[in-house]
Amino acid sequence: MAQVSITVNGRRRTAEVEPRLLLVHFLREHLDLTGTHVGCDTSQCGACTVLVDGRSAKSCTIFAVQADGSEVTTIEGLAKGDDLHPLQDGFWEEHGLQCGYCTPGMIMSSVNLLEDNPSPTEAQIREGLDGNFCRCTGYQHIVNAVQNAAARRSS
Amino acid sequence: MIPSAFDYERATSVDDAVARLAAAGGAGKLIAGGHSLVPLMKLRLNEPGTLIDIARIPELAGVREVDGAIEIGAGTVHHAVATSDLLRARCPVVAETAATIGDPQVRNRGTLGGSIAHADPAADYPATLLALDAEVRIQGPRGARTVAARDFFQDLFTVDLAGDELITAVRFAPVRTAAYAKLYQRASRFAIVGVAAALDVAGGTVRSARLGLTGALSHAVRLTAVEEALAGRPADADSVAAEAARAGDGLSDLNADIHAGADYRRAMVGVFAQRALRAALARG
Amino acid sequence: MSAAPVLPKLVGERVKRREDPRLVQGHGTYVDDVKIFGLRHAAFKRSDVAHGRIRSIDTGAAEAMDGVEAVFTGTQIAEFLDPMPIGTPFPSPEHRAVATDVVRYVGEPVAVVVAADRYTARDAADAIVVDYETRPAVVNPEVAMTGHPTVIHADFDNNLAVPLVPSGTGVSPDGKTVDDSVVDKAFADADVVVSQRMVNQRLAPTAMEPRGVVAHYERGKGTMTVWSSTQNPHILRTFVAKLNGMGEDEVRAIAPEVGGGFGAKINIYGEEYVVSALSKRLGLPLKWTEDRSEAFLATIHGRDIIGYVDIAATRAGKVLGLKLRLIADVGAYNMLLTAAIPTLTMLMANATYDIPAIRTTLTEVFTNKTPTDAYRGAGRPEATYFVERGMDMLARRLDMDPAELRRRNFIPADRFPYKTQMGAVYDSGDYAKALDRALGNAGWQELQRERDAARAEGRLVGLGLAMYVEVCGLGPSASLPTGGWEHSQVTVERDGRISATTGASPHGQGNETTFAQMLADQFGVPFEHVRIHHGDTGVVKQGIGTFGSRSQAVGGTALHLAGAKVREKMAKFAAALLEAHEEDLVFEDGRISVQGSPDTGKSFAEVAAYAYVPVPLPAGLSPGLSEEAFFEPANNTYPFGCHISMVEIDRDTGELALLRLVAVDDAGNLINPLIVEGQIHGGLAQGIGQAMIEEVRYGGDGQPLTGSFMDYAIPRAADLPRFELDATVTPTPVNPLGAKGVGEAGTLGSTPCIVSAAVDALSGFGVTHVDMMLRPEKLWQIIHGGQA
Repeated sequence: MAQVSITVNGRRRTAEVEPRLLLVHFLREHLDLTGTHVGCDTSQCGACTVLVDGRSAKSCTIFAVQADGSEVTTIEGLAKGDDLHPLQDGFWEEHGLQCGYCTPGMIMSSVNLLEDNPSPTEAQIREGLDGNFCRCTGYQHIVNAVQNAAARRSS
Repeated sequence: MIPSAFDYERATSVDDAVARLAAAGGAGKLIAGGHSLVPLMKLRLNEPGTLIDIARIPELAGVREVDGAIEIGAGTVHHAVATSDLLRARCPVVAETAATIGDPQVRNRGTLGGSIAHADPAADYPATLLALDAEVRIQGPRGARTVAARDFFQDLFTVDLAGDELITAVRFAPVRTAAYAKLYQRASRFAIVGVAAALDVAGGTVRSARLGLTGALSHAVRLTAVEEALAGRPADADSVAAEAARAGDGLSDLNADIHAGADYRRAMVGVFAQRALRAALARG
Repeated sequence: MSAAPVLPKLVGERVKRREDPRLVQGHGTYVDDVKIFGLRHAAFKRSDVAHGRIRSIDTGAAEAMDGVEAVFTGTQIAEFLDPMPIGTPFPSPEHRAVATDVVRYVGEPVAVVVAADRYTARDAADAIVVDYETRPAVVNPEVAMTGHPTVIHADFDNNLAVPLVPSGTGVSPDGKTVDDSVVDKAFADADVVVSQRMVNQRLAPTAMEPRGVVAHYERGKGTMTVWSSTQNPHILRTFVAKLNGMGEDEVRAIAPEVGGGFGAKINIYGEEYVVSALSKRLGLPLKWTEDRSEAFLATIHGRDIIGYVDIAATRAGKVLGLKLRLIADVGAYNMLLTAAIPTLTMLMANATYDIPAIRTTLTEVFTNKTPTDAYRGAGRPEATYFVERGMDMLARRLDMDPAELRRRNFIPADRFPYKTQMGAVYDSGDYAKALDRALGNAGWQELQRERDAARAEGRLVGLGLAMYVEVCGLGPSASLPTGGWEHSQVTVERDGRISATTGASPHGQGNETTFAQMLADQFGVPFEHVRIHHGDTGVVKQGIGTFGSRSQAVGGTALHLAGAKVREKMAKFAAALLEAHEEDLVFEDGRISVQGSPDTGKSFAEVAAYAYVPVPLPAGLSPGLSEEAFFEPANNTYPFGCHISMVEIDRDTGELALLRLVAVDDAGNLINPLIVEGQIHGGLAQGIGQAMIEEVRYGGDGQPLTGSFMDYAIPRAADLPRFELDATVTPTPVNPLGAKGVGEAGTLGSTPCIVSAAVDALSGFGVTHVDMMLRPEKLWQIIHGGQA
């Protein structure tokens, strides 16, 4: 067992874990932060995307022990009280989700995308979401959602 | 989805990592970003006894200029390489290569050292390191050593790196007239074929050329026949491309899988050699 | 007070979804998020051989592990769990949830572990050692069906799951007599016949949420609650109760948030039976969550049907006859609906055309692969693909514009309802209108000029067009062994809020929104005052589920009918309160009042309160405002449309890029166009995926070659263009809403129109057909004559 101390959504969380515990399972099963999902086991789908020290990362491909001392932001940490994050608003406004399973990861990747490039072109948005699969939407409303959020942030 | 159990240690310096590797005997395995290793562990295709985490060793990270050469720490993540101002200005092919790896999340975590140590036959970096004639800097219990990229990549998932050694950096003389072109495998985003080309052009003539190939064979190789044919040729796109068109002809034992057969891969070596060369010349 | 209502009518509006605030914040509860005190975890040991007999299973090491509760082999499970039920009338081999003797595909369960946590469960499953006597694998259905020495199931000679079944012109309703004379004459009279073998390849549905189940048998109460990632909790309840020897009253099935289904979560799977049975046997709550690499083996696959297409026509382009010989590779077993899916391909062979003579035949073949079942479109994309590709080949043969050929053969708009040669009765349609709209939106002639100009430059640009008609709104009961109705209960609560239940079980379709729009309009109350409950048999009394694009057409109609009953009763209470005639009352702006004098009315809440404390009770009324309705449609609905695509193929690499996709879809009346567009976008992406990048592959030894997202691609954002959508509206007379259903439409036209565009782009190389998927290597071989 190993002790980890990870700041999740601004709160320091300490636990004894097996070294092989994946960060996504630490979040979901130890902290009950079930908004981060698991959609594959080969690091493709991006449903498990969170921010680790401010960068988007696939929490199914990181052991919790590797994140010891890091700051992690999950989908649950985006809204400020009742105020949704611009991307959460954008996804709602533009119908950027259907079943919602990919959505938390999609939004977390989009946060990183807009941090790196606040006014992306449509092509840049599509490429910026290379690491996130959605099987429901055909991505068009997701692209709209990111554009919506970008406009919201810049106004 | 669930890896086998292992012990975990975090190394604080390169020397510490080497010491820990030695202490672990054959059961030790280094992890930096883990984006080659962890997926294999989750499918239980790789079951190390002890993971030694080298991700937070400061001297392993970063892109820097050293004596006119560029050195990239083995722990530098692909995103940092892809967005490095130094590389974009002096040797854009490396940034360009990094930008084709995986996807944004993978690039935020995966490292150069991890990629080349793993040496997937379809990984992108090896082609570019070969084209740049890069050297791989290695530290181990017997001290430091340097291996040329052309000697480093030996076979399928096999490199010139002992179990008790770690890669600290790669170093190369920057080349502006160099480019990487890749045919994506659409599921994995690895290269079905990837070719990096680096040219030394002077007075409208190709003085020398180096081409690195990935994806087509068990490991990345130099396309020496093309290199020789290009030397001394006029440095215009059409004549360079003409020399590269049959770059795959001399290759044997090409990879074949559900995504691409051997003949197709052979043809794509020519196509992507041409594309890499044209793009390299366009940077001249 | 203004006469105009303040509350806007919502039906037909682009209303933002009710579901989204919780989902964008990560507050949805999917199956794997369910936690119960004492929860244990199950993991399955699965066969790694495609075909073999189990010689022995050693579970000793697994049982000895700390944290392992129990290990069961198939033989042990068979002692208390019957074979799995089948939902079709076709003869089916015995199928046990965990194999007892012979394994028939890679991924078939052979043992199950129950452990304290999922990591230990996985370790223990890995520690089970199985010794197999391997048998030759059967992988090619066309070889398997004709004297193959290996037989997968003893009672199914030549591996025939369904021996040849004829349908169409001259076939008696019972299928027993077949008169080929009309079809033969059509072909004899033809000026031209085009013939092609086409493969509609095997696909993996890959909902982003893999499957999962939690079962909690409560010993004290003798009841079971089952949470499952399912499209149809009521059907799940029926079968789980049956296999556990329990009454339906004793089982509660819950579909919480479900992360996509696409047909694959209609089926009731062995894991659901095993986990529920073990929970009951061990008296413990138990969870199983599917890994993605497991899902590629253990969740049903879709499509996988070969079609031999022959179309007979005159020189002028009038189609005289169609033959469609179908061979479906159904994999190793019949699942819930497996055998029935290809019958939908036969049913839709008439497509949008007035074809006077059709002969279809269907053969279904067992192979050593994962079983197939419904995948988005389920039989109809296959029919569309075969016929539309055939029509494209005919147009090419006749040197006729593919749009013009279609136009000459359409069922005319004035011929509806139209009985097809296949026995379907198309409800309504105006195919020429959809075609014209799509041609106009695409700029068809301009596109043709663009294509020709590109070709003159040596670029390989192609155009494709496909019409489709699909059968939706499944029911009626005569066509569905589960029953083809849907159920709803609408309740006006004591405070005037509205609760409604629906047996439709959405997993992304947004019924909480669309159904609330309908009730808000029906009762003249704010959208926010309406809540839709679904996916829980403890709350939703009856239901069938969500598949076959039936939620709106069948479920929505049941809701509408239940709402109308409540409204009628509420009007009686209001009439008593207002001393007015109920037929003079209007429900508007949260009030019920006499037409023309809104000030005299009562608030909705006041009338509701009166209905629950009815003093005095109006004569002939009982207290309360809660009514239910079953809706059994008299017929299916037949939405249709036209999809057009433009592609470009890289001459050097064979890579195909989709440049444009123009779609005109007619789903009848739309409740929420925003949601409808989302449904179409998603369907298009899946149809495009099939054409371009998706294919499940097996080796000759039956080993899967596409067992993860490393080898099986699904479309990413950058693979797709911005879709250009439009709609025509031809309401259905089948239900009072005029709505037809739209969940699957996108998968129908997109696939053949892209393949036809690719063939068009490659027409200079003498190509008339290319099988999917349009792998770059395949296209490159055509361009380069098969050589480097």
